Amino acid sequence: MNRAARPARASARPLWALQTPEGVALSFAIPPGGERVAAFVIDILLMVAIFVVLTILLLVTGIAAQGSALGGGSVLLVLWVLGGFFLRFFWFTLFECGARGATPGKRRQGIRVASRSGGPLTPAMIVARNMLREIEIFLPIAMLSYRASQGLADTAMAFAGIGWTGVFLLFPLFNKQRLRIGDVIAGTIVVQVPRPVLAPDLAADLAIGAGPAGTAQFSFTDAQLDVYGIYELQRLETVLRGARPQIPGRPRKDDDPVVIVGKAVRAKLGLPSAGDDLALLQAYYAALKARLERSVVMGRRKVDKFDGA
Amino acid sequence: MSQSQIAFRAEREADWQRLESLVTRAEKGALRKLPPQDVLQLPLLYRAALSSLAVARETSLDKALTDYLESLCARAFFVVHGRRQPLGAWTRQFFGSDLPAAMRAIAGETLVATLVLVLGIIAGYALVAGDITWYSALVPDAMAGGRDASASAASLKKTLYSTGSQNNGLEVFAAFLFSNNSAVAIFTFALGFAFGVPTILLLLYNGAMAGALIALFVRAGLGFELGGWLLIHGTTELFAIVLAGGAGLSLGRAMVFPGRMARLAALSRAGRTAGTAMMGVVLMLMVAALLEGFGRQLIVIDSVRYGVAAIMFGLWCLYFYGVRDE
Repeated sequence: MNRAARPARASARPLWALQTPEGVALSFAIPPGGERVAAFVIDILLMVAIFVVLTILLLVTGIAAQGSALGGGSVLLVLWVLGGFFLRFFWFTLFECGARGATPGKRRQGIRVASRSGGPLTPAMIVARNMLREIEIFLPIAMLSYRASQGLADTAMAFAGIGWTGVFLLFPLFNKQRLRIGDVIAGTIVVQVPRPVLAPDLAADLAIGAGPAGTAQFSFTDAQLDVYGIYELQRLETVLRGARPQIPGRPRKDDDPVVIVGKAVRAKLGLPSAGDDLALLQAYYAALKARLERSVVMGRRKVDKFDGA
Repeated sequence: MSQSQIAFRAEREADWQRLESLVTRAEKGALRKLPPQDVLQLPLLYRAALSSLAVARETSLDKALTDYLESLCARAFFVVHGRRQPLGAWTRQFFGSDLPAAMRAIAGETLVATLVLVLGIIAGYALVAGDITWYSALVPDAMAGGRDASASAASLKKTLYSTGSQNNGLEVFAAFLFSNNSAVAIFTFALGFAFGVPTILLLLYNGAMAGALIALFVRAGLGFELGGWLLIHGTTELFAIVLAGGAGLSLGRAMVFPGRMARLAALSRAGRTAGTAMMGVVLMLMVAALLEGFGRQLIVIDSVRYGVAAIMFGLWCLYFYGVRDE
């Protein structure tokens, strides 16, 4: 996945706000259910893989030990039983106790566990949230296998069982913060931690002359700068950050965002077409941003183009 | 002109990037390897970034910049405020005060769970003592292991004192018992979420099985001997199961009777206490498995078995309920 695209995508998702002790509210994106499931599947696959490797290793060692008549077989069996137990119950717990608060699967998905109160994530919370997995995942599986082992007479009972355990399994789908039962019990929440990528300041590049030559040829009247608001400014920013410079001699395609947006902006401002629109849009972005920021400092936020002056 | 914006960013950008590199290293767990002055700088840089964020939100319309600061502050927040205790300090606090405090906090529920288990034992005993055919209904064949209703007194007695010619199998037995019992205890706890009802049923059923077993041996005149066989690990194991049941019931209780708190807050408070208690339960079951796997097979004198049972029970009670640091 494109890491730089994360913050933009994340802003469309439900947010969870947290008040830090310093008094600044931080907001975190709640990952969609699919990402949680993907993380869980990755973890399960890793656990199974490790268990298989462990089993093979112990079998090989066991066969080798048998030849030497050491009788080390029982020690290996103990390792096998305990290894399986710790994998099943402590894989999640141990990884989530780490500094990243995430299992390998969660880390791969860019998500982590956090305390809902904003305090530190304690081992007691992590133990509680992961022990509840027993009734969320393994109970429904047990009910399914019960259905498989019984005759038709028990179908109704098995369905009742699956329905009952389904409540636990599907619990995260019925609340906005996607809390599973373990999260409810432990006071935790799973949030997205985007990688910060500091993009260059578009307006600064223009101001120090790093922008395309000829930017200075544009100047806009106050009326032209009053057309748009903050929402449009930030949409324009997204377009400009994604735009590639035009290759000389090859005009942009009609579905290039620069062409579409350029046409719309020129129509609004009443400007004629003048070759590539990129330079125009960059200049307009810098001018609009400066004007809107100035009015923000004066206490006036023009939210979007419908926000009357 | 947004010259002030450009200056705002230019002045602080180096600090942000420095914070970012420290946070990245801290997330990799390398905080301990950093020089002390870097570690001391971390909270300062974090607070500076937070104030930059507050300023940027109010004055900057550069979305990429505020997004960057939001995510940088979020990651730094986890490093600064999510900081865990060092392992040594945590262990001392866990065994010194957290664990006993959690056990005391669920004492009421533990008592209820104990009563339910005792009720199950009495019911199982009464049923089997009245009609021996109940035995096979209560105890699955797989768990009976030859201790069935038709077994003679001599063969029953043998199951109590089998030291086993193959003593080297004991550790496997202990490991298996530990993983099996822990799974049952965790299950008992987790089911507490369903208003505690399945927890009570599970306790009742386990009690009934034990009661049925007792009735079978009492019929054969081996009641006293069975007591030693059961209790040498039973005082630890049953205590742990009852504590797991108590932890589960405390969840159910917080859900049904949240008191003055919001239901969600009451639940997560009960959950944290129960999580601590459950760590203790798993440790107790480890001890119980050692007693069952080794102690019971190596100690075949009834009075010594009873003695070990009483000492273990006394120690657990003293640890959980006796020591108070206030």
